[in-house]
Amino acid sequence: MDNLEKNSKFKKFSQYKSQIALLIMTVSVFGLFMITSPEVFFKGRIYQAFLSTVPIMGLMALGLTFVLAMGEIDLSFPSTMALSGFIFTSTFQATGSVILALIYSLLSGVIVGFINGTLVTSIGIPSIVATLGMQFLIRGFSNIISNGLAKTVALDKTISYKIFAEKLGVIPVQSIWFIGITIFFYFLLFRHRFGEHVLFIGDNREAARMMGVNVNRVKIMVFILMGIMASFAGILSCYRMRTWWPTMGEGYIMMVMAAAFVGGTSMFGGEASIEGTFIGSFVIGSLEAGIVAAGLSGFWTQFVCGVLILASVTIHTLVKRRK
Amino acid sequence: MDKLVEMKNIHKSFDGVVALKGIDFEVGFNEVVGLLGDNGAGKSTLIKIISGVHSFDEGEMYIKGVKINPKKYSVKMAHNLGVETVYQEKALADKQTLWRNIFIGRQITNKLGFLNIKKEKEETDKIMHVLMGFRGIGVNADSAIKTLSGGEREGVAISRAMYFEADLVILDEPTMALSLQEVKKVLKFIQNIKDKGKSCIYISHNIANIHPVSDRFVAIDRGKIVGTYNRKDISLQELSEELIKYTKSSIQIN
Repeated sequence: MDNLEKNSKFKKFSQYKSQIALLIMTVSVFGLFMITSPEVFFKGRIYQAFLSTVPIMGLMALGLTFVLAMGEIDLSFPSTMALSGFIFTSTFQATGSVILALIYSLLSGVIVGFINGTLVTSIGIPSIVATLGMQFLIRGFSNIISNGLAKTVALDKTISYKIFAEKLGVIPVQSIWFIGITIFFYFLLFRHRFGEHVLFIGDNREAARMMGVNVNRVKIMVFILMGIMASFAGILSCYRMRTWWPTMGEGYIMMVMAAAFVGGTSMFGGEASIEGTFIGSFVIGSLEAGIVAAGLSGFWTQFVCGVLILASVTIHTLVKRRK
Repeated sequence: MDKLVEMKNIHKSFDGVVALKGIDFEVGFNEVVGLLGDNGAGKSTLIKIISGVHSFDEGEMYIKGVKINPKKYSVKMAHNLGVETVYQEKALADKQTLWRNIFIGRQITNKLGFLNIKKEKEETDKIMHVLMGFRGIGVNADSAIKTLSGGEREGVAISRAMYFEADLVILDEPTMALSLQEVKKVLKFIQNIKDKGKSCIYISHNIANIHPVSDRFVAIDRGKIVGTYNRKDISLQELSEELIKYTKSSIQIN
C-alpha cells in the first residue's frame, strides 16, 4: 500500500512535468528580459501592452489547439481574420450597427470553417492542403472585395468599444476575453462530450467511429470553431487599431502554431494542453518586444523563437516518452 | 418477430471490391452463433454491417423485427437496439484513460453535455472489479490504454460490451492474443450470455475453443455462406474437416 501510494504520487508529479517545464521556461524568459532591460520590464506598461496584443493571437492558438488535438491542421486562419475584419468594418460603416457587424463577421468565420471541414471530410482532402488553398483564396477574396484598401472606422464612438478595446481598471479587456475563453475551452475539451470526441478522433479515428462518434460532424464543428476564433481575433484587431488593413493576420501563422507547440500540444493528435497554449501565447507573443527592449536587433527574435520551440518540444517529447 | 437478426440477400462492396455477395444470415433469440471462415472471407464485414459501422448496398436487414434503412443505420442505433460489439481492433484509443474509453459515445453527462467524470470513474472502478477482475496491479480508471497488456485491453473491450447489457453481443476474434487462462474467461463470458437468455455472434479461427459454447456454426467463404451446421449434428472432428474442405478449395481456385 505504501508503495502504491508513493507510486501514485510519483505519477501525479510526472503528469505535471511538462507543465512544470513550461513554467520554468516562461519564468526564465521573463527573468532574462528583466535582467537585460529592467527599465522596461519592471514597469506595468509593457505588461499592459502584452495583455492587449497577446490575446489576439492567443485566441487563434486556442482554436488551433482543438484542430491539433483532432490530428488536423488549419493554415487558413490568418486570412479568415482579415476577411472577417473587413466584413465587420464594412458592415458597421454601411449600417452603423455593431450587433449586425458582429453577427455577419462571425458568420463569415463559420462559413469558412464549414468549407474547410467539408473539404477535409466529404471530399477527403488532407487538411494541410485544403486549408492552404483556402488561405490563398480567402486572402485574394478579401483583397478583391476591399480593393486592397485599408479602412478607418470610428469604433471608439460606440459603447461596444468598452467591451472590446478598453481597460477594466488597469486590465485590458482583450485579456479578460482571453482568460474567459481559455477557461471555457478547457472545460469544453476535457470535461465535455464534444471535447472527448475531438480527442478520440485525434487518437484513433476508427475506434471513435466504431464507438458511435460522428467523426465528420465533429471535424466540421472543430473547423468552424477555429473559424469563429479567427473572426473574433479580426474583430478585436479592428477595435484595437480602429482600422482594418488588407494584410491583417499576416505573420500570425507561425506564431500561433508556435504558441500551441511550445504549450505542449503535439501534431499527432489525441492530446492537447489548453493551459499550455495560454502560457505559450504569452511566451511567443512577448519575445519581440523583449528582444527589442534589450537592444538586440529584430533578427534575434526569430532565432530565440526557434530555440524556444525546439527546447520546449524536446522537453515535452522526452517527458511523454518516459511515461 | 422470431429472429433477433435477419439478413436477406445482403450485398456489400468497397470501391468496387466485392466483400459480400448475397448473404442470408440470421440469429435467433438466445442463440450463440459461431461465424467461421478464412481470412478475407467477409466475416468482419458482415458483423460491421450488423453493428452499424458499414452500410450495405443491397438486400434487407431486420433487427428485432425493425427494418433497417442502410442509409440511416448507425452505431448509435445499433446500441439502442441492444447490439454491442467487441471488435478485432478493440476500438480503444491508446492515449486516453480507461474511464473515457468505457464511456466513449455513451457518456454520462448533464443536460449541457458536460461529463459527470466522478460517476464515470466510479462506474469504471466497479466494472474493473466486478467484470474484469483487475485488483491492485497498478491499473486504475485513470490509466491510459497504452499502458495495458493485450489481455487487459481485451478485458476492457469485453467488459465495456458487458456493462451496456446487450441483447446481442458480437465478438470478433476475442481470443486471438490471449493466454489460456484469459481464453477461459472469454468462453465463460459467452456461456454467461447464453444463460442470461441473450444472443451472441462469435468469430474465431480456433474451432476447438468455439465448439462447446456454440448452438450453430455458419461458414463463410469469399462473400457467401457455404454451410450451416447445428452443433448437435456435428462433432468437432467433422466440423474441422468441413472447414478444411473450403480452405483447400479456395486455395486451389486461386
